Amino acid sequence: MNGIPMAAGWLLAAGLLTVGLVGALARRNLLFVLLSIEIMFNAAALAFIVAGARWNQPDGQVMFIFILAISAAEVAVGLALMLRFHHCFGTLDTRAAAKLKD
Amino acid sequence: MYAILWLIPALPLSGFLMLALLGRSSERLAAAISLGAVALSAALALAVGGQFLLAPPPGGVYTQTLWCWMRVADFAPAVVLQLDALSLVMILVVTVTAALILVYSIGYMKGDESYKRFFAYMDLFVASMLLLVLARDLLVLYVGWEGVGVCSYLLIGFWYRDAANGRAAQKAFIVTRVGDAAMAVGLLLIFSKLGTLDIPDLLSRAVAQWPSGSAPAVLAAWLLLASAVAKSAQLPLQVWLPDAMAGPTPVSALIHAATMVTAGVYLIARLHVLFALAPEVQAAIAVIGAVTLLLAGVSAATQQDIKRVAAYSTISQVGFMFLALGVGAWSAAICHFVTHAFFKSLLFLCIGVIIQAMDGEHSLFKMHGLRRTLPVTFFACVISALALSGLPPTGGFASKDRILGAVYEAGPGGWLYAAALAGVFLTGLYTFRMLFLAFGDMRESRKDTGGMRRPTASMSAVLVCLAVLSVAAAAPAWPAALGGHAWLPQFLRTVLPDGASTLRAGTERTLSLIALQVALAGAASGWFVAMAGRRMFERLTSSTVGAALHAWWQTGWGFDWFYTRLIVWPTVWMAEINRNDVIDTLTGLCTWTALAGHRLLSRTQTGRLGWYAGCMAAGLVIILALMLWT
Amino acid sequence: MTALFYTAGAVALIGAVLAVAGRHAIHALLCLLVALQGLALAVFALGAPYAAILLVIIYAGAIMMLFLIVVMIIGFNRESEQRERERQPWAVWLAPLFLGMVLLAEWVQVILRTPAARAGQVAIAPDLVGVALFRDYVLGVELASMLLLAGLIGAYHLARRDEGAPPARSAAPPPGGGNA
Repeated sequence: MNGIPMAAGWLLAAGLLTVGLVGALARRNLLFVLLSIEIMFNAAALAFIVAGARWNQPDGQVMFIFILAISAAEVAVGLALMLRFHHCFGTLDTRAAAKLKD
Repeated sequence: MYAILWLIPALPLSGFLMLALLGRSSERLAAAISLGAVALSAALALAVGGQFLLAPPPGGVYTQTLWCWMRVADFAPAVVLQLDALSLVMILVVTVTAALILVYSIGYMKGDESYKRFFAYMDLFVASMLLLVLARDLLVLYVGWEGVGVCSYLLIGFWYRDAANGRAAQKAFIVTRVGDAAMAVGLLLIFSKLGTLDIPDLLSRAVAQWPSGSAPAVLAAWLLLASAVAKSAQLPLQVWLPDAMAGPTPVSALIHAATMVTAGVYLIARLHVLFALAPEVQAAIAVIGAVTLLLAGVSAATQQDIKRVAAYSTISQVGFMFLALGVGAWSAAICHFVTHAFFKSLLFLCIGVIIQAMDGEHSLFKMHGLRRTLPVTFFACVISALALSGLPPTGGFASKDRILGAVYEAGPGGWLYAAALAGVFLTGLYTFRMLFLAFGDMRESRKDTGGMRRPTASMSAVLVCLAVLSVAAAAPAWPAALGGHAWLPQFLRTVLPDGASTLRAGTERTLSLIALQVALAGAASGWFVAMAGRRMFERLTSSTVGAALHAWWQTGWGFDWFYTRLIVWPTVWMAEINRNDVIDTLTGLCTWTALAGHRLLSRTQTGRLGWYAGCMAAGLVIILALMLWT
Repeated sequence: MTALFYTAGAVALIGAVLAVAGRHAIHALLCLLVALQGLALAVFALGAPYAAILLVIIYAGAIMMLFLIVVMIIGFNRESEQRERERQPWAVWLAPLFLGMVLLAEWVQVILRTPAARAGQVAIAPDLVGVALFRDYVLGVELASMLLLAGLIGAYHLARRDEGAPPARSAAPPPGGGNA
C-alpha cells in the first residue's frame, strides 16, 4: 500500500477538532455540548492513530483504545449529570445554571 | 536632704495618676489625694528651701540627675533637675499657691459632677509646671511647657458640654501652639548650632561662640521670645487670655494668673544670657511689655465682666514683668512675679466668691449689696486692689517700685518710663473702678442675703492666707531706699546678675513718691468713674465717638476681629475647598484602581459554560501563537 | 485506499458539522453516527482495521446508543426544536467561528511544519495490538478498567432520582416528558 500523507490525516483531525470546539462554544443545549465534546475526542483519537500508522506500530491504536475507555466513562457520567441537570432546572439550557457570578 | 528634690514634681504627678485610675470615688477622697499630693510637695519645697538658705550647695546650684532620656549620636538629653535660687523661688510660689487654691477649690467645686476630673487635671498641671521650672535641659523644659499647655486646654474647657467653653479652650491652645512651634524651631536652631540643650552648657557655649548681636543669637532669641509671648499672652498673641476666663475661677487663678502665664517670664529670665547677646531682641521685649501694659490697661478699664477685668489686668501686669526683663532688671521681674502670684490669685478667688454669691452673674453693673454679705471677701479684695495698684504696705508696691526704678535707670525721661507710669495710673483706675462697682452699691440685692451662696470656711481661710501673703511678700523686697533689706533680689542675684541700682537714695525716694502719687491718682479716678461720676461717664460713652472707642477698647483693640479675618477665614476657606482632600485622592487612586480591576475581573465570571470554554480556547490560541512565533 | 480515505474523511467532516449545527436532537445524533462511520472507514484506510472495528462497535454502537436512550428519557418534541431555533441565532456563531478559525490556522501551521511522511503503508493486525496492549501497556489497561468502574458507579449514583427531593427550580415543569 502506498499510504496517505501524514499531514492529510492530521489535517482531518484538526478539522474535526475545530468543528467540535465551535460546537461546544456556540451551543446552549447541554446535549449538543456533550455531542461536540465527543467529536473532539474522536479527533484526538484519529491523531493518535495517524501517528501510530506513520511508524507502522500498534501503539497508536493502543492509545486509541484508552481514549475510547475514557470517552465512554465521560459520556456515562456526563449524561448522568445531564439527567440531573434536567431534573433540577427543568430545562437543558446551560444559561439556566449561570449562577456562579456576582 | 536635697535628694528628695525629685519628689516635688513626682508627688503631684502620682496624685494625677491615682485620680485618673480611680473609679467612682467620693468628693472627699479625690480632694484628699489631690490636695495631699500638692500640700506634701509644698512642704517638701519649704524643707528644701530651708536647707538651701541655711546651707547652700556648692556654687549655689544643686543638680539631681534622674535618667538619660535618649542617646542618639551627639544628642543625649538627660532628665536632670536643677535647684538654684531662681527655681527655688519658683517652686515655692507654685506649690504654695497651688496648695491654697486647691483648698479653696474643695469648697468652690463642691457639687460639680466632674469633681474628680478637676482635681486630677490640677495635679497634672502642678506637676508639669514644677517640671518646667526645675528642668536643666531645654528639652525637658519643653515637656513641661507642653504639659501646662495641655492642662490649660483641658481646664479651660472643663465644662465641655457648653460649646463656647470648648471654643475658648481651642483658641487658647491654638494661639499658644504658635509659640510652641516657634520654640521647637528655636530648640532645633540652638542644638544645631551649639550642639547641646543643657541650659548652663548652652549658655556658656553661646557666649563663647556667638558675638553680641550675631545672627544665630538674634534668631534664637526671637524664636524663644515668640514662644514666651504666646504663653504669657503678650502682644500680639494676647487674644486667648480673656476668652480663657470660660474655665472655673480656681483655674483662672492658678493657671492664668499665677503660674502658667509667667512661664514665659521664667523662660526669658532663665536664658537671660542668650537675650543679653541679642540687644535688639531685649529692646523688643521692653517695647512689647510697655505697649501691652498700656493696651491691656485701657481695655481693662472698659470691661463690664468682672473676670475679664482681671484677665486684662493679668496681661497688663505680665507686661510689667516683660518691661523689667527688657531693661535687664531680671530679679525685679521675678520679684513682681512673686507678689503678682499672691495678689492676683487672691483677686481671682475673691471674684470666684462674688460670682457664686451672684449665682453666676458676671456683670459689674448688676452687683449690689455685697459688702454687707461678704465681709471677708471685701476685705481680701481691698488688700488685693491695694497690691495690684502698687500701694503700700503691700508687696505690689515694693515690686512695682523696683521695676519703675530699673526702667528709669535704663532710660531716664524716656518713653518707657512714661509708659510705665501711665500703666501704674491705668492699673489704679481699673482696679478701683472694679472694686467700687462690685462693692460700692449699698442697696440691698434682690435676693435676700440668706439666699446668697456664701463661701465656706475653708475658702475664706484661703482668702485671708493669701491676703496675709500679699502683704508679707513686701518684706523681702522692700526697697532699701525706704528702709528695707531687699533680701529677695539679692538672693536672686546669685542666678540673675542684673547689678545693683546705681541711683542715689534720694532719687529712689523721689521716684517712689511719684509712683505712689500716680497710683493714688489712678485709684481716685477709678472711684470717680465708678461712683460719683458714673452718669457723666455714661454720657461720654453714649456719644458716637465715645461709644465707638469704648466698644473698640472693650473688645481688646480689635485683635480678635483682625485675626479672624487674617487667619481664621482663609484657613477655613482652604479647608472647605479641600473637603475631599486632594492629596488623599492620590492615595485613593490605589484603591480605586484595585476596585476597578476587581470589577473588571468580576465581569469575566459570567457563569456561562460557553464563555468559560471560549476563554480556555482563547488561552490555547495565545499559547500556540507564542510557541509558534517566538 | 487514498480515495477511500479522502471520501470517508469528507463524510466525517460534513456529518460532524451537521451534528453540531442541528436543531433536532435525534437528527443531530444520527448525523454524528454517520460521521463516526466515515471516521471508521478513514481509520481503516490508514491501516488500523482493529481501531476501525472498535469505532463502529463501541463508539457508534454503545456510546451513541447511550445518547439516544437519554434523549428518549428526557424527550424531544416539536416545541424543543422550535426553541433550539430561537436559541441559536446566526449571530451566536460568529465569535466561536472566529476563534475556531484562528485555532485551526495555528494547528495547520504546526502540522505543515512537521517533515512530510506517509502513514498507513502497512495494515496492523489486531493480534499485534493485543500483544502491545497486554504486554507493554497492561498497567494502562488496569487503570482504564478502574476508570470505567468509577464511571459506572458515578453515573448510577448521579442519575438516581432521590425520592422526595424537590427540583431546585420552583417553576420547573414535571420531569420526564417535559421540555428540553
